[in-house]
Amino acid sequence: MGRKILLDKVHIPGIETFKVYRDNGGYASVEKALKKMTPAEVTDEVKKSGLRGRGGAGFPTGMKWSFLDTKSNNPRYLVCNADESEPGTFKDRYLIDKVPHILIEGLILSSYALGANTTFIYVRGEFKTQIGILNKAIREARDNGFLGKNILGTSFSLDIYVHSGAGAYICGEETALLESLEGKRGNPRLKPPFPAVKGLYDCPTVVNNVETLAAVVPIINMGGEEYAKIGVGRSTGTKLISACGHINRPGVYEIEMGLSVEEFLYSQEYCGGIANDKKLKALVPGGSSVPILPSHLITMTANKTPRFMSYESLSEGGFESGSMLGSGGFIVFDEDACIVRNTWNFERFYHHESCGQCSPCREGTGWLEKVLHRIETGAGRAKDIDLIDSVAKKIEGNTICPLGDAAAWPVNSAVRHFRHEFEFHIEHPEIVKNIKHGSLEKYKQAFADAR
Amino acid sequence: MSLGNKIDHKLYEKEGLEVRFSDETLARVKAIKARYPKEREKSALLPVLHIAQEELGGHLSIEAMDYVAGLLNVQPIEVYEVATFYTQYYLEKVGKYVIEVCQTGPCAMCGGEDIADYLERKLNIKTGGTTNDGLFTLRKVECLGACGYAPVMQINTEFYEFLTKEKIDKTISDLTAKANEEKSKDSKWVEKFF
Repeated sequence: MGRKILLDKVHIPGIETFKVYRDNGGYASVEKALKKMTPAEVTDEVKKSGLRGRGGAGFPTGMKWSFLDTKSNNPRYLVCNADESEPGTFKDRYLIDKVPHILIEGLILSSYALGANTTFIYVRGEFKTQIGILNKAIREARDNGFLGKNILGTSFSLDIYVHSGAGAYICGEETALLESLEGKRGNPRLKPPFPAVKGLYDCPTVVNNVETLAAVVPIINMGGEEYAKIGVGRSTGTKLISACGHINRPGVYEIEMGLSVEEFLYSQEYCGGIANDKKLKALVPGGSSVPILPSHLITMTANKTPRFMSYESLSEGGFESGSMLGSGGFIVFDEDACIVRNTWNFERFYHHESCGQCSPCREGTGWLEKVLHRIETGAGRAKDIDLIDSVAKKIEGNTICPLGDAAAWPVNSAVRHFRHEFEFHIEHPEIVKNIKHGSLEKYKQAFADAR
Repeated sequence: MSLGNKIDHKLYEKEGLEVRFSDETLARVKAIKARYPKEREKSALLPVLHIAQEELGGHLSIEAMDYVAGLLNVQPIEVYEVATFYTQYYLEKVGKYVIEVCQTGPCAMCGGEDIADYLERKLNIKTGGTTNDGLFTLRKVECLGACGYAPVMQINTEFYEFLTKEKIDKTISDLTAKANEEKSKDSKWVEKFF
């Protein structure tokens, strides 16, 4: 299960430079595609591979590409979403740091398939170092004839530009990203029309995540059918998982889809178990937006079958007892973590990051933050638990973009699985008000000691 | 607002500054504009505001924003609405080093909140404030996208990871020494990377 196809070369010194990358087989897929394949054939391989969007939604990439309006006379654009800002997610940053050329290579292939001659990489403003790395990689690729006019002597020309954001989570949403790229506030657009028809400058546009576009490289190298053999079921290929929180070995790992959650969590090859010999309490498997899972639903599903790292297995049981693979932001909580405090923290994040366009999200996230803060600091009221649950449910599905859903799910799932913690906070204000983080046991001990 | 950063948009108070990019910077702006289709020069707004912030005093004064509006042929209000939307544009004077401490979940559960408290005490300023010597501004920010290396802070272009009090002490004293040594401008990331 340890096959690597994106990070297989990270151990090679100098792999971030064009020369070393090229000497190790880099850009071979571009030669293959541009000289021996038509754009439609490249798209076909991506369809066959079963590749799904790695930014969080998991939408089939080949299908997304096939929606591109090819009848339009306007230019087409490919935009790479490197606005990585989902809490718990730091895989794209890692990929850019280590092997920037695999992204450039993937962009050339994808632009060729889509018929785009200008491609933008939208990088979050905080990643200044990564902006520098990408610009250097682009210069190197251009100097070596892989970008610019008539690449490798073919009729295909491509320019790639890096565009810097300036600090806004919402710009990771594809239409907000396009607005931002046009020099505006990051307010998501109403859909339809979808970007495939009216995207950047009202032209047909595809927006894909960094990891998705990088994955096109092994797909073209090995063929879509071979790629589809990796992984399990409809979760084909490998996935970059960024693991953080209370674990021994936080970091970015490439896994084959279908690896068991238990192995990922406890094997020394990956997370290496819970830090400081503590017990596992909860897991957010796919970035802050996805539902939190309590310890008994992490390595096993509600049906007592092992849970795997795949789109399907992580969502098994729906939101009652499952979650989502999302962006692969794997956040692990140990027994001392306070779920109430963490839920408040996440809602503060969503309140801060809401663009303010839709009332349910703009107002709802603010109320959630306030009421959760009240509970966390010992001023909660008995009816507050149902109140936050109901506010969250009123945001979900009622907003232009998915930030509303993303803000609602952590609250609904925390109340569903950890209601007792919220109740304890409300029943024992004198204990919780002075403790930021602590298990229920710790709180209870403090309560007993105080008596 | 909830992170305690001072947000006091003085959008109508001009600072009486004369602002203008150097010829070199103007050439860079021209190159950036050329990345986007004609008539779509507004696309250059975010990158050019980054340059303006770096070149014209570390924050975006009204004068700087009006100047950028002129360069990109857009209305000043179009610049203001963008400058107030994105957290990385500073609308008030900031110190030479802007310390941004991540407060979001994964950092918070690994001590990010204590790191911010410690910095407030150490620098003797509140979040949003700047030290009297003009060296450090302290801000609390949301997710910096480096969760596996928590707790994390960013100072200008640099990330500082797996923070401890000792690491912070060293960082602050190193930066203070560096500032005292070279009174010249901070390394220009725009020049290096754009």
